[in-house]
Amino acid sequence: MKKTSDRITERSNVDTLGLYREMRRIRTFEERVGELFVRGQSAGSMLHLSIGEEAAAVGVATAMEKGDTFTTHHRGHGIFLARGAEPNLMMAEIAGKQSGYCHGKGGSMHIADMGLGHLGANAIVGGGIPAVVGAGLAARHKKNGAVSIAFFGDGAMQQGILYECMNMAALWDLPVMFVCINNQYGMGTRIDRATKGTELHLRAEAFGLQGRSVDGLDVTDVQATAQDMVDDARQGKPGFLAISCFRFYGHARKDKSPYRTEVEEAEGRQRDPVEFTRKQLLQSHETEESLSALDKYIDVEMDATIDFAVSSEAPPLTSMYKDVYAPGEPEPEPVNARIDRVLARS
Amino acid sequence: MAPMTYRDALRQALHDAMSEDDSIFIIGEEVGRYGGAYGVTKGLIDDFGEQRVIDTPISEAAIVGAAVGAAMSGMRPVAELMYVDFVGMTMDQLGNQAAKIRYMFGGQIGVPMVLRTQGGTGRSAGAQHSQSLEAYIMHTPGLRLVMPATVADAYHLLRQALTQPDPVVFIEHKALYTLKEDVDLAEEVAPWGQAAVRRRGDDVVIVTYSRQLHYTMQAAQILDESGISATVIDLRTLNPLDFDTLRVEIEKVGRVVVVSEGVMTAGVAAELSARISEECFDYLHDPVIRIAGEDIPISVSQELEAGSVPSAESIAATVGRLFE
Repeated sequence: MKKTSDRITERSNVDTLGLYREMRRIRTFEERVGELFVRGQSAGSMLHLSIGEEAAAVGVATAMEKGDTFTTHHRGHGIFLARGAEPNLMMAEIAGKQSGYCHGKGGSMHIADMGLGHLGANAIVGGGIPAVVGAGLAARHKKNGAVSIAFFGDGAMQQGILYECMNMAALWDLPVMFVCINNQYGMGTRIDRATKGTELHLRAEAFGLQGRSVDGLDVTDVQATAQDMVDDARQGKPGFLAISCFRFYGHARKDKSPYRTEVEEAEGRQRDPVEFTRKQLLQSHETEESLSALDKYIDVEMDATIDFAVSSEAPPLTSMYKDVYAPGEPEPEPVNARIDRVLARS
Repeated sequence: MAPMTYRDALRQALHDAMSEDDSIFIIGEEVGRYGGAYGVTKGLIDDFGEQRVIDTPISEAAIVGAAVGAAMSGMRPVAELMYVDFVGMTMDQLGNQAAKIRYMFGGQIGVPMVLRTQGGTGRSAGAQHSQSLEAYIMHTPGLRLVMPATVADAYHLLRQALTQPDPVVFIEHKALYTLKEDVDLAEEVAPWGQAAVRRRGDDVVIVTYSRQLHYTMQAAQILDESGISATVIDLRTLNPLDFDTLRVEIEKVGRVVVVSEGVMTAGVAAELSARISEECFDYLHDPVIRIAGEDIPISVSQELEAGSVPSAESIAATVGRLFE
């Protein structure tokens, strides 16, 4: 199998077609994740699709460099893919299989890969944010020039931990960036029902961070803004970027969105970053045929992820006790072994 | 052998470890210029600079979370939580992140950090600054838990904690900082995770840790006068838990009392009692007795505070009743 670290998007590949390709890969992957769920073959009872958020993921991810690290929220498949994740290993992890990134122990919401700098997705809203402060301190100590980026949703804007971390990053001039992918909804609560202060970047400025916001419709805008800010962060000028977009579907796969109207959904889905960039490309030098060929190529790639995941083995039951502690440390004793020992007396 | 305090031993351990390992840094509230709320880190900022002894804003969750991220990035952070009572502020970062990262990520990476904190009664510090919350930690798989009782252990267990591959919660006792004992830091030390038999007797085993070790040793002397001789075991580390040492001593004697400053219900003493009852059942002449903190918050009043937790007298009296 191709080494995943070779897949990281290099800066030289950042052209509009390349950005479109990455967004389309995310869109198609997420559609296949949904399919896996419908087929009853995903391990997670909770799957959070990032459809509608592709420009945010790809725009920031392509502004990063090899060696940079990041954490994501629970809706982070797209970000990880855009940083070079191997889709087969992702889908296998989402299906809870041994061949997955975390051998079936993490799943969609706890996927990680140290080789690609993914310090972990997080199922606690805001839970992954402080790790980038620590990564920033480590980068400062090692002088390795790495930037660490926390990705989270608008829901995390109402969590106190974010403010502790923004304060520290600004105070210590850390090579860190905070990226809020504002899809308008924290689960079923629209942002204007969660806060009066919807100009999210202003909050960051209050801490002395560079705060900016960008429309998540046009990936080239996101990419350009993110590139400026990542470059600044690398120089010890941390920033906060809010990217506005629309979550096309429910919070999780079972959510039928009773908290919003069909009209709102239909209008929101007009703001489709993949289609937007597709149209841009058609207006320049691409043709319907060339883009459809690319889309089909991606369909084949992503179809294969389902086959890979479904045909992969479940983790062996004995692996349950592994990795609670480091290799070489005694594993926790199984409950039944303890009971056997008690009942075996006399 | 030279006299040294528990506080100085901790500082010496940090100093020696930081001198040997450049990846170790201290992060916490008032650890630098102030020198630590209880003086443990005094002077370290002069030796190692403000980038290795990092004063933070009052942001406990981010302190622990930053330590997690740094530990995942090749560093070995020592985060300081001024009081264990504040652990609730950090419980997501400690319990959901630090403890589970190795497991959730399929063994890709560990979180080799130490969270130093202190707990317990003895300074009239009130209900939010006097608790013994080790059960919170012991109840979370993935976290190591150390509670040193002696000056030598303050040094050696902290040095050992700073070589562990997994997150260690290191709970000092606020009433022990001025404890002074003769120690030779160069002498050989018990391996990580091994309990210490502090004295041996024929009639009863008393299992304890942290400050209650000292009360228990005093109680054992009182019991000697009544002709009751006690074995006293100091757990030193609660995770890993050295049950083998307990089993050997308990099977020899057949009576056991567990002493803990934490509240009785669902506490460390409860876990030890259950395990001893299960595994040493055939050897026990009496039920396992728990002597523990009352199931109440700690008061500021010195009388109420002292009355809420075990003392040498209460331990001796309770153990004595087993022989009436």
